[in-house]
Amino acid sequence: MDIKQLEQIKDTTFKNVGNRFTHAQLDGMNFDRQVLVCCSTGCSSESSQKIRERLAKLVEEKGLKRVHVGGTGCFGLCAAGPVVVVYPDGTFYSHVKPEDADEIVESHLVNNVEVQRLLYVDADGKTKPINEIESYCKQMRHALRNCGVIDPENIDEYIAREGYFALYKALTQMTRDEVVDVVTESGLRGRGGAGFLTGRKWKFTKDATGDKKYVCCNADEGDPGAFMDRSVLEGDPHCVVEAMAIAAYAVGADQGYVYVRAEYPIAVERLQKAIDQARAYGLLGNNIFGTDFCFDLEIRLGAGAFVCGEETALMTSIEGHRGEPRPRPPFPAQKGLFGKPTLLNNVETYANVAQIVLHGAESYNTIGTERSKGTKVFALGGKINNTGLVEIPMGTSLKEIIYDIGGGIPNGKAFKAAQTGGPSGGCIPASLQDIPIDYESLSAIGSMMGSGGLIVLDEDNCMVDIAKFYLQFTVDESCGKCTPCRIGTRRLYEMLCKVTEGKATLEDLDKMEELCYYIKDNSLCGLGQSAPNPVLSTLKYFREEYLAHVVEHRCPAGVCKSLLKYVIDAEKCKGCTLCARNCPANAISGTVKQPHQIDADKCLKCGICASKCRFGAISKM
Amino acid sequence: MMKGSNLPFNGTTEQEAQLRQKLNELRSKDGALMPAMQFAQELYGYLPYEVQLIISEELGVSLSDVYGVATFYSQFSLYPKGKYRIGICLGTACYVKGSQDIYDRLQQLLGIKSGECTADRLFSLDATRCVGCCGMSPVMTVNDDVYGRIKPDDVEGILAKYRERG
Repeated sequence: MDIKQLEQIKDTTFKNVGNRFTHAQLDGMNFDRQVLVCCSTGCSSESSQKIRERLAKLVEEKGLKRVHVGGTGCFGLCAAGPVVVVYPDGTFYSHVKPEDADEIVESHLVNNVEVQRLLYVDADGKTKPINEIESYCKQMRHALRNCGVIDPENIDEYIAREGYFALYKALTQMTRDEVVDVVTESGLRGRGGAGFLTGRKWKFTKDATGDKKYVCCNADEGDPGAFMDRSVLEGDPHCVVEAMAIAAYAVGADQGYVYVRAEYPIAVERLQKAIDQARAYGLLGNNIFGTDFCFDLEIRLGAGAFVCGEETALMTSIEGHRGEPRPRPPFPAQKGLFGKPTLLNNVETYANVAQIVLHGAESYNTIGTERSKGTKVFALGGKINNTGLVEIPMGTSLKEIIYDIGGGIPNGKAFKAAQTGGPSGGCIPASLQDIPIDYESLSAIGSMMGSGGLIVLDEDNCMVDIAKFYLQFTVDESCGKCTPCRIGTRRLYEMLCKVTEGKATLEDLDKMEELCYYIKDNSLCGLGQSAPNPVLSTLKYFREEYLAHVVEHRCPAGVCKSLLKYVIDAEKCKGCTLCARNCPANAISGTVKQPHQIDADKCLKCGICASKCRFGAISKM
Repeated sequence: MMKGSNLPFNGTTEQEAQLRQKLNELRSKDGALMPAMQFAQELYGYLPYEVQLIISEELGVSLSDVYGVATFYSQFSLYPKGKYRIGICLGTACYVKGSQDIYDRLQQLLGIKSGECTADRLFSLDATRCVGCCGMSPVMTVNDDVYGRIKPDDVEGILAKYRERG
């Protein structure tokens, strides 16, 4: 591959896909219309592959030679999935089913009439093109620039979007120091959560001496509720391949590993395809672009251990051992994988690199806040209308994310808290919703940026229960190497159980807090050091909820089962016996046409009776 | 004594030949143990003592190291899986939308806990972390079928569908 061939592929492919990048009809294109179907995990699990096949088949049968049907990565609005977008019109179809393909082809593609019933309805009740949908207006797609735009399984489409031009520029026009410098000046910080300055990490690895160096990519996205890295790998795998090659050149490595969760089959498959295609084009392998730079890349699958997202544990796992962390120093930059200097970055961090190298540090460091540059991808989940993937400039407020982009809380419920950073992060109460999202602001209030999971909680969620949920997660996932984490998280979890069962005392709350700081201060790795964060942040912002459990033996949100009681309203009960017949514990008694009663001692609090009752006579208190 | 399944090992000689061939290829690779175990798990569906022994011999890794890795990672199983592998997502997004209730109902109806397999080897149950389609939460999977936005009362009907297929 040389630059002429690369330019040629770019120009040729642009004629096929150019219409997708603008909302205007361009001259000289091979297709007038682009029909794009989201083929990422979310939409695929609702048959989007079938939609794509059906559309392609119908388009061929109808002889629509000026229409191109393609699959892409995530558009972001997962709650509206499966999503089909038609360019250049920008028509956004939501909740599409395979059988809808016929109508889309006949009406929209043949007769030029949009299928009204499938159009996405925005918050204001109007239907509009994708670029005007409110949720997208406040977003800035940088790391996700190709997601939902190109076919991730086609390297040519990536090249049409300036793909591998950054690698060419780095290898032929920049020294290794210049590459490190531009990444440093861009202000890019690690997107895995800790926020270490990426350029500095690159420089440490470059300056380390060693006969062999490695670059690694952390795609072991283990936070429950987070799917940013998966979406990048599914929607734009080449951007990671290219960035890793650039990083390898900068630090002096010739071998790379991507450590990715085995639970992400589509991401793994597309990444493998991307690596194979890049190899076939000579963009991986020996003497890339005719230089003496050689680099190859291998995928290593994780096997379901959260701790392997910690950098030293990840490398231990690649080496084929139990994924237990090692003490630092020595840092990976000095002594990492197989004892050699190693650079390790997260998927989203890499996803920003090629554009920075190609367009300069200013293209990036002019976005964001003073100390947190650029954009951040978040996976919005939980009690929010627009569940999905969003990318915002650093400094956007939590409120804007939840209401303007996320579309607010469903069913008219009140926003209670947002959880960022997964099991390592904390809960941000609704009262702090105006804080800007950046590294400093989030850690100042006891949460953290984390990798980008953002779970929204409403009034029906119990904060003690949420803290308990995360603790159970860390108890399960603690690798067991160091005592404060292995035993400490278990004791902390037991204390939380006491609270949710109404058996804790006020003294227990103080003990819990003390234990939290003990675990934080004495654990070996990030998992243990951050495990108490969900407890500390809820104790800080929702202490009254803890007190309600402890002092009043009451769960204000009605979640903690031990403190719940199901009762039958004798006035409303018609004595139909349905509840008694469905109770798995035989806890309900009563005769036909007479009000029934629940035996609180036998009751399992499963809630089946309440869901079966047709008269709304059963309620929980 | 190694903890494992009490159901008998019924691996075939073809499977063993395939495994040994793969191990031969992997032997020279750095950090070959995990890819080897992932291959074996794919081949047999789980990692019984007999299979761990072959891996240990062929790769020259001690059996205790193989067992250590097998028990460290949640993806590796020492138990066989059912014909229908049920996964219930207990990731945050599903959890806050009530997936614990669905999990409780599954345990109650099947009489097994997470990681176990019913005596007729028809169903196995696993409480999983986030499966990544939080937009459909709460989510339950049966082999490759995904059931989204389900309620506890839907569980019985879903199980019946697979029981009918046998």
